[in-house]
Amino acid sequence: MADRQELTEAEAARRSWMSLLAKAPAGRLADLWQARGAAPGFEWLRAPEVGGVMVRGRAGGTGAAFNLGEMVVTRCALKLADGRVGHAMVQGRDRKKAEIAALVDAGMQGAEAEGLRAGLLEVLEAEMSSAKAARAAKADQTKVDFFTMVRGED
Amino acid sequence: MYVAVKGGEKAIDKAHEWLDEARRGDPAVAELSVPQIREQLALAVNRVMAEGSLYDPDLAALAIKQARGDLIEAIFLIRAYRTTLPRFGYSLPVDTGAMECDRRISATFKDVPGGQVLGPTFDYTHRLLDFALEAERLERPAPEAGAAVHPEMPRVTEFLNKEGLIQDEVAPAPAEDQPDDLTRQPLELPAARPLRLQALTRGDEGFVLSMAYSTQRGYAKNHPFVGELRIGTVGVEAEIPELGFDIEIGEVVLTECETVNQFLGSKSEPPQFTRGYGLVFGQTERKAISMALVDRALRWKEFGEDDKGAPAQDEEFVLYHCDNIQATGFLEHIKLPHYVDFQSELELVRKIRREADEARHQEAAE
Repeated sequence: MADRQELTEAEAARRSWMSLLAKAPAGRLADLWQARGAAPGFEWLRAPEVGGVMVRGRAGGTGAAFNLGEMVVTRCALKLADGRVGHAMVQGRDRKKAEIAALVDAGMQGAEAEGLRAGLLEVLEAEMSSAKAARAAKADQTKVDFFTMVRGED
Repeated sequence: MYVAVKGGEKAIDKAHEWLDEARRGDPAVAELSVPQIREQLALAVNRVMAEGSLYDPDLAALAIKQARGDLIEAIFLIRAYRTTLPRFGYSLPVDTGAMECDRRISATFKDVPGGQVLGPTFDYTHRLLDFALEAERLERPAPEAGAAVHPEMPRVTEFLNKEGLIQDEVAPAPAEDQPDDLTRQPLELPAARPLRLQALTRGDEGFVLSMAYSTQRGYAKNHPFVGELRIGTVGVEAEIPELGFDIEIGEVVLTECETVNQFLGSKSEPPQFTRGYGLVFGQTERKAISMALVDRALRWKEFGEDDKGAPAQDEEFVLYHCDNIQATGFLEHIKLPHYVDFQSELELVRKIRREADEARHQEAAE
């Protein structure tokens, strides 16, 4: 729903990778990150912190907003040696996942972007969409057609 | 009134040691892991997340393990943990119209665009015990693998809405669309609908179910049809303040129920259908349907309906009693030492009896 806000192209791209990282399976993200070799040095602007975000819904799906309940997230912010800043807010309590997500976010703003895109983001995206496709296929197989029977009262 | 007592530390320590041992059960039987609970007791996990009001399947599974399967105790643990979490903010309202549905059914329209999708349901099972499940490591045939895209599934109530046959649900202007939050302010009555929905979605499943059932049996009957029930995954978006834009911070599984209810019209409104709404964390359809029925019953004033004096119409009764943690806290505290209180009660009863006895003797003497 990026159309709700006027985002620049760069912001829209950043929004998209940050969203992907937030939803990525923690273990898989860590594996792909480690496979890239030594992590860059950085300093914390905000060390990983676990907290809650109150999730909202809408009455009737489209009406007034209401508070549904909280979800657990971990956020952090860090700065690479060259001054690039990475942010992350990811689902769950995995501090390492938040750290990697912020490092990828910072890396995506420089020369490593192409490598990160091909070696990490695109791999995650493909795996996550194939998991969704498999789930959609299972749902599709349970699609039914109900036939109303003639009741014979006339 | 509970008055603090001292002593008993040794007995309490031993009781807790025994609790740990009892939780583990027979050591000859393999210990349950938290992922096993998360994966294999998923509907219990969903209930704990919904009523604990915190979406985190791993924490809910841990709470169930710690609580030895006592779900209200597990919900209590989650609520207590929740209070330790800093609040980072509020999400944008989730778009359930864009849900990637595992299940989506309508009891009112046979041919809905996107189709009727049963999903992993207990419906149409025979409710016979499956003794094959007693065997461990049972291999079940995996459903055929495949790949598909989640089809567009427009809301069923939208069809009625196009004809103006159902009351519309319109979002207020953003400045007014700031619902009260039960976790921030104590519940005050009368409660606006958003606050009622928050109380109901985290309310006790059994309580909300019974209230809903009472409306079906005739206490403030409102003729509900399940217009639509959907279960699936939605993305949750929240703003990153440092960046000034929203990102998706994760995904949650939700159950949504929209009921379509009869409404004969009033002085200001033509006859049309009205709605009840349920939205609950996890795959929790009994709760979502119940919530929708109770939501509709509580809207009687808004539609100019009669107060029939039914419990489900009484927002004070429903909202103040639907929370099982408040209820269990107050209920269970009466088992804690009340010696001082009880001593004074005992004194009082003895005194009254003494006075009554004396009065009787007096009468007899006269």
